[in-house]
Amino acid sequence: MTLVIAEQRGGVLNPATWETLAAAQQMNAPVTAAVVGARVQDTAAELAAADVAEVLAVEHEALEPYTPDGFVAALAQVVEATGPERVLFPHTYQTRDHAPALAARLGRVLIPDCIGSKDRDGQRVFVRPMFQGKFVADVLPEGPAPHFASFQIGAYRADACVRGAAAATVREVAVQLDAAAIRQRPEAPFKEAKQAVDLTQAERIVAVGRGIKGQEHLPLAQELAKVLDAELAASRPICDSGWLPMDRQIGSSGQTVAPKLYLAVGISGAIQHLVGMKGARTIVAVNKDADAPIFEVADYGIVGDLFEVVPAIVAALDGD
Amino acid sequence: MKTAVCIKQVVTRDWPLRPAESATWVRDDDASFEMNEPDAYALEEALRLKERHGGEVVVCSAGPARISQVIREALARGADRAIHVESDALSAAGADAVAAALAAAMQDESFDLVLTGLQSDDQGFGQTGVVLAERLGLPHATIIMEVDIAADGAGLRVKRELESGWFQWVAMPLPALLTIQSGINQLRYATLRGIMAAKRKEIRTVPLDGVASQGQRILELYVPEKTSATRFIDGSAPEAARELVRLLREEARVL
Ligand SMILES: Cc1cc2nc3c(=O)[nH]c(=O)nc-3n(C[C@H](O)[C@H](O)[C@H](O)COP(=O)(O)OP(=O)(O)OC[C@H]3O[C@@H](n4cnc5c(N)ncnc54)[C@H](O)[C@@H]3O)c2cc1C
Ligand SMILES: Nc1ncnc2c1ncn2[C@@H]1O[C@H](COP(=O)(O)O)[C@@H](O)[C@H]1O
Repeated sequence: MTLVIAEQRGGVLNPATWETLAAAQQMNAPVTAAVVGARVQDTAAELAAADVAEVLAVEHEALEPYTPDGFVAALAQVVEATGPERVLFPHTYQTRDHAPALAARLGRVLIPDCIGSKDRDGQRVFVRPMFQGKFVADVLPEGPAPHFASFQIGAYRADACVRGAAAATVREVAVQLDAAAIRQRPEAPFKEAKQAVDLTQAERIVAVGRGIKGQEHLPLAQELAKVLDAELAASRPICDSGWLPMDRQIGSSGQTVAPKLYLAVGISGAIQHLVGMKGARTIVAVNKDADAPIFEVADYGIVGDLFEVVPAIVAALDGD
Repeated sequence: MKTAVCIKQVVTRDWPLRPAESATWVRDDDASFEMNEPDAYALEEALRLKERHGGEVVVCSAGPARISQVIREALARGADRAIHVESDALSAAGADAVAAALAAAMQDESFDLVLTGLQSDDQGFGQTGVVLAERLGLPHATIIMEVDIAADGAGLRVKRELESGWFQWVAMPLPALLTIQSGINQLRYATLRGIMAAKRKEIRTVPLDGVASQGQRILELYVPEKTSATRFIDGSAPEAARELVRLLREEARVL
């Protein structure tokens, strides 16, 4: 049996759960979904629409709000009680926060951030990116079941999750938790004070990455943005360095944009950046490395030195 | 405050990597190496906490002899001493093996706070810190963007990054382990004085006999298959630029 751990917050199911269910359904084993929290009946009912053997509703007051201590303790009991062959998660920030500790507590290892899974010589292997997406590796879990893996957001399509002919059974699973043993005391999530720029409305965006080398070269990108009548944005390291304000960051921890034109300059195309911009209608990438992952999503690509190519684009636009 | 900072040495970002003969790792025997980026932010945070609360900053690093390069660099930036768990077998090891090796070497130090980077640039597990917390029996919090130590030193409050611009404060007792996100602070670099001082700082080398079970094995590492239909524009920079502008106007119609 493959156990999929769903993610919900305040009764709202994280849609990445459907993607992980789709991954699980392709593994030739019955699938069980588990959802964990203080009140999960509605989410469990929603999950029961999927073609799964059953849905486990794991309820306890101490599981709301989410804490890694609470979730590790609860899920360890669920895994031990159900004895799955493997346990799968969507690779969300919450999964990053507790799944490795859960696996360790049970004497196992999590294979994280997988983009696929396949049969290789009769063995189930997990495919995951390495070296910032420059390589991928076929990884074999070793040792006894259960094996643990998480799937990168977007690696499978949510609509690939097969729906069942009838709603699956929902079964309540009791867990023993000692609220006093939970060491983290989380406060309510919040957003930073309002952002100065709203890049989601921009028609054209010039985004600059670490290829720009130094803050003193930023005017190069600013000039390109100006002649294109575009907003200037950046990958995370540019904002981390304080060269541009955080509200110009595109990606999983920044803004998600879908402009008509996204011109990526000196950006490698790490998954956390791609999730924020791959919905753009036309993507152009300028990068000196022909193998940079950004070219996987680019419509047009120029392989070259941005310090030559960017001024040339400015000149070509200015020239008429 | 006795703070440990776990630092990993990784291949330099721009190094042209190719898969090794074995096809289970990369060819890195002639590569240049650097400090894993989030670890540099973790080190900086530890140095700032020491400036505010006093105490000691100890670098903990596991890997072959070559990692002494990043250990020296951390000492030059201001760390007080280092623990080097030395083993060739750890150069491409899984998170569990690394966490086990680090935990064994750190166990008796009784650190108040352990900082790791969020994720390594090479393996990208994003889990060595969390597994280390579990092995050391410490509470943990991940993807941290701010650290506040309580005045009485009994606990701390940290700001976690959540997805899409959301954050959350979490309080915890000390000792604790935090995984630090890039951008939490602005980095300082080593000064000449720091580099000179580092020469006199202690590096305790801990030999490792046998690597713990890895739990996972890389069967093959390869360059991902290209699936995109990117139209590459050739020619000199001015030629390519003119052609791009033409295509954006006439084909994509976005200008
Ligand atoms: C939890 C988490 C959240 C994250 N959130 C985000 C996020 O929201 N947004 C984000 O962007 N990242 C995010 N990241 C970081 C992400 O993983 C990458 O590290 C980051 O996107 C890399 O930025 P980059 O492409 O600018 O730099 P690099 O990866 O260093 O790439 C630089 C590129 O520039 C090219 N280059 C260098 N010199 C030149 C030149 N002269 N001419 C042309 N090209 C050149 C290189 O070939 C390379 O491809 C996150 C990471 C984590 C772990
Ligand atoms: N060999 C190592 N030595 C010291 N710290 C490490 C080592 N490997 C990983 N770490 C720490 O664990 C963090 C996460 O690494 P990873 O789990 O590989 O993504 C890194 O940012 C380091 O702080």
